[in-house]
Amino acid sequence: MKKHPISFKLNGEKVSIEVEPSDVLVDVLRERLGVKSPKVGCDRGDCGTCTIIMDGRTMRACLALAVEADGAELVTLEGANTSRKWTQKLQKNFHRKNAFQCGFCAPGIILSATELLEKNPKAGKHEIKEAIAGNLCRCTGYEPIVEAIDETAKGK
Amino acid sequence: MDIDKIISKPKKGVKGKVKTQDDGLQVVGKSVQRIDGWEKIRGAARYTDDLEFGPGLLYAALVESPRAHARIKSIDTSAAEKLRGVVKVVTGRNFVHKFGLYMNDRYIFATDRVRFVGEQVAAVIATDPKTALRGAELVKAEYEDLPAVMDPVKALEKNAPLVHPDLKNYTHVPWFFPKPGTNIAHWRKIRRGDPARGFKDADLVLEDTYTVPRYAHCAIENHSAIGLYDASGRLTMWTSSQSPFTQRHVFAETLKAFGIAHKDVRVVSTYIGGGFGGKAGVTMEIIAAALAITVPGRPVKLLWTRAQEFRNTYQRLGVTTKIKMGATKDGKITALDFRLYWDAGAYVEYGANVVNAAGLSASGPYRVDNISIDSVCTYTNLPPGGAYRGFGYSEFLFGLESHLTRMAEKLGIDPVEFRKRNAIKEGETLPYGAHMNPTGIQEAIDKAAKEIRWGVREKSGDPRKAIGKSVVCFWKAPAMPPNASSSAFLKFNEDGSVNILVSGMDMGQGLLTVMAQVAGEVLALPVTRIRVETPDTDRNPYEWQTVGSHVTWSCGNAVKRAAMEARERIFDLVQRVHCLDRSTLYLEDECVRCRTKPGFRLPFRDFVINGMQADDHTFKGGPIMGSGLFMPEFTSAISDPETGQGGHPNVHYTTGAAGVILEVDRETGKVKIKKVSLAVDCGKAINPDLVKGQIVGGLLQGFATVLYEDMRYDGKGRLLNPNFSDYKIPTAKDMPDEVVPIIVEVPQPDGPYGARGVGEHTMLPCAPLIANAVADALGVRINSMPVTKEKVALAAGGKNK
Repeated sequence: MKKHPISFKLNGEKVSIEVEPSDVLVDVLRERLGVKSPKVGCDRGDCGTCTIIMDGRTMRACLALAVEADGAELVTLEGANTSRKWTQKLQKNFHRKNAFQCGFCAPGIILSATELLEKNPKAGKHEIKEAIAGNLCRCTGYEPIVEAIDETAKGK
Repeated sequence: MDIDKIISKPKKGVKGKVKTQDDGLQVVGKSVQRIDGWEKIRGAARYTDDLEFGPGLLYAALVESPRAHARIKSIDTSAAEKLRGVVKVVTGRNFVHKFGLYMNDRYIFATDRVRFVGEQVAAVIATDPKTALRGAELVKAEYEDLPAVMDPVKALEKNAPLVHPDLKNYTHVPWFFPKPGTNIAHWRKIRRGDPARGFKDADLVLEDTYTVPRYAHCAIENHSAIGLYDASGRLTMWTSSQSPFTQRHVFAETLKAFGIAHKDVRVVSTYIGGGFGGKAGVTMEIIAAALAITVPGRPVKLLWTRAQEFRNTYQRLGVTTKIKMGATKDGKITALDFRLYWDAGAYVEYGANVVNAAGLSASGPYRVDNISIDSVCTYTNLPPGGAYRGFGYSEFLFGLESHLTRMAEKLGIDPVEFRKRNAIKEGETLPYGAHMNPTGIQEAIDKAAKEIRWGVREKSGDPRKAIGKSVVCFWKAPAMPPNASSSAFLKFNEDGSVNILVSGMDMGQGLLTVMAQVAGEVLALPVTRIRVETPDTDRNPYEWQTVGSHVTWSCGNAVKRAAMEARERIFDLVQRVHCLDRSTLYLEDECVRCRTKPGFRLPFRDFVINGMQADDHTFKGGPIMGSGLFMPEFTSAISDPETGQGGHPNVHYTTGAAGVILEVDRETGKVKIKKVSLAVDCGKAINPDLVKGQIVGGLLQGFATVLYEDMRYDGKGRLLNPNFSDYKIPTAKDMPDEVVPIIVEVPQPDGPYGARGVGEHTMLPCAPLIANAVADALGVRINSMPVTKEKVALAAGGKNK
């Protein structure tokens, strides 16, 4: 199959790579580029574990073809760890509030919350629940997650 | 909520008090932050599918049965084998071996017949995942349909098709009682007292049937396994598993024909993305192990899709339960006849133990002197049933706790009072004849009920809605073989920090942190100075499995003993070098101190690796380490098969109670949980915030089973909803308005610092809690799970007509 050369920025670094037209973005990130924080939980956009930020907005990397990332700016949790102010604040509160158990959904939820607070730093609980409603967590019952995001928004 | 405020201290005079040496705790009982936290929330934690194996990695895809029950006529692999990139096609001809945890009834690949839709028939190994999938599509299998059975009650009929005609030749543990020539894989019977007499003495006898469908765990991480059978003949498996040692044992036993011994098998388990019982024992991992044997020298990966996760892992068993209960008008339960017909699926190697566990304990946390329980494990042509958080208890509690509320109401007794009168006390006789451990169930009932203002009738502000309340009880014991054990290694490092090796698995519950707290308490170390590793069977010592809410108790005892051994070695050394009486020594702030010499202060870092220098300039001692093991030596699974009497199969029960206030729409049937309280007697909360996490998370998982989820099969055994669009699990928008966790602490005498398990219990009360509160609100009784809004609306509509 004919390969397509694509280039994008990943966590601040320029990446050039050849992909097949049917290659899915999350697979390319994980298997070719070694970026492992986006996970695969359902492969059809239901669970949100593959959440990444593309051009400032969160998206499901399992629902995008790699060729769609050509020219884009991608951020995964590996990059947001150091580049996003809200991510770091959220992580402190996630740790303090035990807002994770197995941890598998945490990267996606932290990125969804980062996007929310970047756009609406005063988000209340209703907005928080809406913002993370596309990220499934089976362990926590969501309460500590919502509290951690809420406290971050309140400046804790 | 301040977690310390919700802990209720054991009252004076409570039996089974923790020994005085455990008082004044520094690390245990504190909500310290998790030691695996930063790894997980910075995306650094590695799960099995995140591991790198280089360009030589091969990928496997499965050929699955489209039929529920059929004879395999032929399998043609030739087209797949010709596909470029395909390395190997493997079928049941390559592996005819049976395996199982408790019952050897399962095959690595279907050989002569398939028994459920989705069963593995063949596998294609290729150089990339897409080629493997294409190859699997090219394998042509032909089938001849056999009559299938999908219902556990129909499976018991005289002329029902037999799922396993060869049952008589299967090996199993001695405490299972299969009936060859039928679909009964195990029948746990309990007979105690005189039920006929008990029903005669009753003023009220109520009989009804309750049904529970199958459920899926829905851990967000799918199962994955990578196998490498290297040129030296050793098999290394990287698996997402709650049970690495059990897997090693099953791999070694099943594949011994290939010359593999236990020492040659290494199972490495990284962090797992949720388990809930679904990653207990062995499921798809045995396929990856077998495939690795066929491609020596090359790692091969098998990764389940979400659909396979639904179709071909253990599912929670469905069950039809028939309850007959008698009670006197003053509220004493006089007799219980409880029959449970379990849909255990095509292979019951693990699920039969669910049936066994439920059969032993289906009285619930109540004293019932005249009791008859029949818990029947039935083969059906549906996917294999197995462990799911609650292990059979959620299922029987739905019927039992629904029934108790109905009995109380018919007797004119307050349902909470009815439960309190019958709740089991320490020392009372259990259904199998052993005696109950210390329990704080009365306190739990009082606190759960008080929190939801039990006894106060409330009205919704919206006339279209009604408020309902209920309080139910729960209990559960770990279901484990009588000789399940845990062990631990603990070693000091140069700087006085500690590494602990255990094979208990942190699947999110916080085991690693709790083990660090147990060791930290003994060694006067904060958990920030302790690292606890996930299991690697080459390096970490034995653990049976991380299931049954037993590892805090069992592995915790092993870690405590390891820490105490290390402490004894420290004291030995100090006594020898400094000539101080060991009985005067104690540990504080990472130092050895002496009660009779206040100035004496020896930092760990000065001696734990390089020893202590004596007056003659020689060095004494050496690396300080400790090992510990724990096995409950009082248990026995052997009892009379006809009565279940005579053994001591369960180590102890964790008990509790929960209360709910819900609002239900009279027209649509939609339920909104306004407030839920759950009080659980965990003996000692080693980390109260983690216990709270179990309560909040377990409740939502439980509410999902009663409000939203169920696995729907068509008449041909095909699962209709194998994805998260059609099998809906809760999102953040489905949270209850308010959750009140309550920790009760009546110590477990043989638990570390008095602790007993708490992980599964928090899910147990949810189904009857909702069913009873809906009945309280609208006067309609739903006897089949899930209690969906359709069922509620239809029942309420019918009632109003």
